[in-house]
Amino acid sequence: MMDKWTFGMTMLVVGMGGTICTLVIFSLIMSALKKIFPYKKEEE
Amino acid sequence: MFDAMVGGLSGLVAGFVHLHWSNLVMMCIGGILLYLGIKKDFEPLLLVPIGFGCILVNVPLADLMEKEGFLRIIYDAGVITELFPLLIFVGIGAMTDFRPVLENPYTFLLGAAGQFGIFLTLLLALALNFPYKDAVTIGIIGACDGPTVIYVASQYAQHLLGPVSVAAYSYMSLVPVLQPPIMRVLTSKKERETIMKTHQKTVSKTTAMLFPIIITIIGGLIAPKGLPLLATIMLGNLMKESGAVSRLTKASENEISNIVTLLLGISIGATMSGPVFVKPTTIVILCLGLIAICLDTVCGVLFGKVLYYITGGKVNPLIGAAGISAFPMSARVVQKEGQKYNRKSYLLMHAMGANAGGQVGSVMAAAVMLSVLKGMGII
Repeated sequence: MMDKWTFGMTMLVVGMGGTICTLVIFSLIMSALKKIFPYKKEEE
Repeated sequence: MFDAMVGGLSGLVAGFVHLHWSNLVMMCIGGILLYLGIKKDFEPLLLVPIGFGCILVNVPLADLMEKEGFLRIIYDAGVITELFPLLIFVGIGAMTDFRPVLENPYTFLLGAAGQFGIFLTLLLALALNFPYKDAVTIGIIGACDGPTVIYVASQYAQHLLGPVSVAAYSYMSLVPVLQPPIMRVLTSKKERETIMKTHQKTVSKTTAMLFPIIITIIGGLIAPKGLPLLATIMLGNLMKESGAVSRLTKASENEISNIVTLLLGISIGATMSGPVFVKPTTIVILCLGLIAICLDTVCGVLFGKVLYYITGGKVNPLIGAAGISAFPMSARVVQKEGQKYNRKSYLLMHAMGANAGGQVGSVMAAAVMLSVLKGMGII
């Protein structure tokens, strides 16, 4: 069993890092989608 | 005959005889939750059933949470199985408009910054000697997202379900009180007065529909353990954006959400039995939850300041405070604060973007956390 410090730092670095990376990926994908499927006024 | 009458009378006073002082304390707490919900309008849909459930479960000898008790049946059917939080998420997805975050995809990052509180609080909980799974569950309060908290607690720390749920919902309702002082302390007057570019509608229907599908697939691949959370919220959103299943969307927004909220609330209240709930650990958990939500706001605003400097003063750092999951309350707080310092400043749609990003961010943070735990062999 790992010690508390190792566990906490792993959660902080990998957990927070993973969350940020995932949201950056989402952000990039959404930016790309907006370019591929641009908004057209007639959609309204 | 006399003995029979005494026996009968003793049955009528047995409830009073078995009343423990901690039951009385919890009945008072249940009363406070009812007061906050009914009189102060703080999350009434949840605080009223939670408060009432709390009072019910503290009536001795009623055995409502024993094997055949009706509260136990509801709890086992919906909380232990994780069904209630997931059904609530379908409703949240159907109610949430993610277009503001799609208009400005960078606001996803504010949603990420708003999750720092989860991980920092986890460290604090570990420092206070909570076991790993308990520390994770306490940290999740920082997601500021009731169903996520309940989902994680029901899986990994059922004994903490009552305190963490109460903390999450209470602090969510206190966002208008908790956030403004932090926002003021961390920003200068000049920063708070920043006017952001007017919002323009630039998201096509196709993009809005592809968003929930792609997020589910990518998010699920990165953090499979959290897929139920992500998938249910995105299913609700897909139904809303497609417009093809309006009956299901309306049912998710109204009937399903309402019924599940009632059952979930009363089940959470039922976990607040005096002898189990009234102990120093509960106070510590409530304090850690408060710290978690404050840390979320601090990190969100600080990241907003970073964006302010990177963009040469085009982003108002106040919108960083909306990068949490209290949707749309937090965005409204930002709008109100912004207008206090500059009447020409309309931050609502930008803050809604950060807030919607926070909604996705909190679910993703929980999902990532569970997958990391799985990877480390903790769960």
